[in-house]
Amino acid sequence: MDWGFFAGTAIAGLLAGLMYALVAIGFVLIYKTSGVLNFAQGAMVLFAALTFVSLHEAGLAFWLAFLITLAAMIVLGILVEAFILRPLVNQPPITLFMATLGLSYVVEGTAQLMWGTQVHALDLGIKDTPLPIPDILVSRFDLFCASVASTLVVVLTLLFRYTRLGLAFRAAAEDQYAALNTGLRLPVIWAAVWAVAGFVALVTGLLWGARTGVQFSLSLVVLKSFPVLVLGGFDSIPGAIVGGLLIGLTETLAEVYIGPYVGGGIDEWIAYAVALVFLLIRPTGLFGQRSVERA
Amino acid sequence: MSIVRFLALAGLATALAGSLTPSSAKAQNSVPQQQYFPLQSYRVGPYAAGGTGFFGGFIDYMTLINARDGGVNGVKLTWDECETQYIVERGVECYERMKNHVPPPSAWNPLSVGIAYAMIPGITADKVPLITIDHGRTDSTDGAVFPYVFPLLMNPYSESSAIINFIATRVGGPDKLVGKSIVVLYHGSPYGKETIPIYQLLSKKFGFKLEQIEVPDPGTEQESQWLQIRRIHPDYVVLRGWGVMNPVALKTAQDTGFPADHIIGNVWSNSEEDARPAGDAAKGYIALTTQATGTQYTVIRQIVKIVYGAGRGDMADKSRIGSVYYNLGVVNGILNVEAVRIAQAKFGDHTLTGPEMQWGFEHLDLDPGRVAQLGATGLFHSIDVTCADHEGHGFVTFQQWNGSSWHRISDWIAPDWALLRPIIVASANKYAAENGITPRDCSKPQFAAN
Repeated sequence: MDWGFFAGTAIAGLLAGLMYALVAIGFVLIYKTSGVLNFAQGAMVLFAALTFVSLHEAGLAFWLAFLITLAAMIVLGILVEAFILRPLVNQPPITLFMATLGLSYVVEGTAQLMWGTQVHALDLGIKDTPLPIPDILVSRFDLFCASVASTLVVVLTLLFRYTRLGLAFRAAAEDQYAALNTGLRLPVIWAAVWAVAGFVALVTGLLWGARTGVQFSLSLVVLKSFPVLVLGGFDSIPGAIVGGLLIGLTETLAEVYIGPYVGGGIDEWIAYAVALVFLLIRPTGLFGQRSVERA
Repeated sequence: MSIVRFLALAGLATALAGSLTPSSAKAQNSVPQQQYFPLQSYRVGPYAAGGTGFFGGFIDYMTLINARDGGVNGVKLTWDECETQYIVERGVECYERMKNHVPPPSAWNPLSVGIAYAMIPGITADKVPLITIDHGRTDSTDGAVFPYVFPLLMNPYSESSAIINFIATRVGGPDKLVGKSIVVLYHGSPYGKETIPIYQLLSKKFGFKLEQIEVPDPGTEQESQWLQIRRIHPDYVVLRGWGVMNPVALKTAQDTGFPADHIIGNVWSNSEEDARPAGDAAKGYIALTTQATGTQYTVIRQIVKIVYGAGRGDMADKSRIGSVYYNLGVVNGILNVEAVRIAQAKFGDHTLTGPEMQWGFEHLDLDPGRVAQLGATGLFHSIDVTCADHEGHGFVTFQQWNGSSWHRISDWIAPDWALLRPIIVASANKYAAENGITPRDCSKPQFAAN
């Protein structure tokens, strides 16, 4: 056994997992506060990245393009709340899910209509080369992504735990009627959380876009996050990180050590297989909240 | 309502409907002669960048022929677009919608392996050619079994052979391939897997070590595959990718320290959209192509001057004129138009039927002299399609990415057709047996295929 190679493979898997977690966090935010599985998260990632890169290529400075895109994502969040969530309040979860499914197509179409269909390169100024460690492969860019994802988790956890906004988010998540009775304005909370999800989509879009190029396929990165959500729990931000790490590790080790014996190409479905088994054992995921109902 | 009144109304309605239907003989007579091309294009969705380039080039060339020459010998070229988003079901729906057009379709050009596969039974029954330039079923090269399918210029097996021939030139000759190590990194799809047996055959013939590694679709994460490549430490990696898989492969190769100039991309990994998103990681990357890039060719310059000069160009972004997909579209346009011209020489200068177009494609012989007359010297080499060979002995060339554009680094290279032919014939005959097809005898003169 080449332990150096094994360690390198494991580290690469963990770092890849953090990239999946980044996408999963966007889902968790919306689900945690409104119980909606936002299928449009991938489209939001695409929209944000495409808007940013188009503005940047048009000559705007990095931070100006970032701020304008962030503003656009906040407006998008407000529009989603006003025109989709509010009219569908009290509807069954499947209705809300279908609404976000429709929204994803609208956002994807709008993004391509506004910014075209071309593939764009995105350079964040981080060298995508391996660190000079013998036998172990650690990409500088992946380390940067991991640090961004970790920072995001810490910031969001602090936001949820220690701020009034976070308290409002948690109250809305716990019981919407009770939150309304205490004077919380649910439309404002939902708009705020969609705006935060828009910010996460922007960060995700920039990091994934720098790796894959900013193109339509960015909207498909959501597929990587579903097993992560099942493992970590749909309503836990730390769960998204742990789930991401486990899925990244599992699929990389499986592909490298089992793949060659079964024809390869197993890393895509092995993550879903693990998630399926986990779903049977622990349906709420590792960190998901178990719902308790009185008889 | 009395029965007489009902019949009178029904008769009136039928007469009205008849007069309004464009397919009526009267309407057809009043329309000038035209050759109609249904285009199953994809301008939105994940593969829109390729679709807009290819169909843009194809349409621009047809517009040039209409504007410069008044059509092909007076017969105007016409077309409709139907959006597929590269989705097979939508492509088939477009086919069903457009197949009954009047005048009938001249040829189908879906630029999609999946859509093309799904259409083969239908177009064969309709007797309308299906053009799969640079792609499609390899065994459809055998026109005896696939009379209406034309994988023009290059099929996947020829592509694989040409890539190995090119690598041979890099290592000092075919005999130097012995003991070398080559990894084929392929897209996890029927398209990606199609060349697995041919690389095995080439490995046996030339004596190089071969590993073939799959990347599941869409290929946004390839750490595990490139870790395996790092462990294998190959001399070359053949990238048989598609879409987002290509830039991610180049980026991850850089991550693992694999040199870009030892990665050889296939025909669907050879565009600006494949290399540019990878940034510096793509510098030095080499890819195969059947048509060169750039705007220096006479035909492209004429498109710019005549078509875009009149404000009738199809490309919203003019900077993409001369790109890989655009030039492939132009070459595809040349091949379609020349098939019309060749068929007209036999059947007359009028709207041609599907079987007549099939004859035109099956006699598509453009030697370098004719290519020069068409203003395409250097854009592509030549083609010589026959009943037995629907690929037409296309030559390929190799280009290298310098960070902003492609530059040719090889002469026109021929695949090992003699090696490939028996495998193609065997596969085609198997298909014929499974589908109850009696192969044509290509040694006899052909008119309408069966």
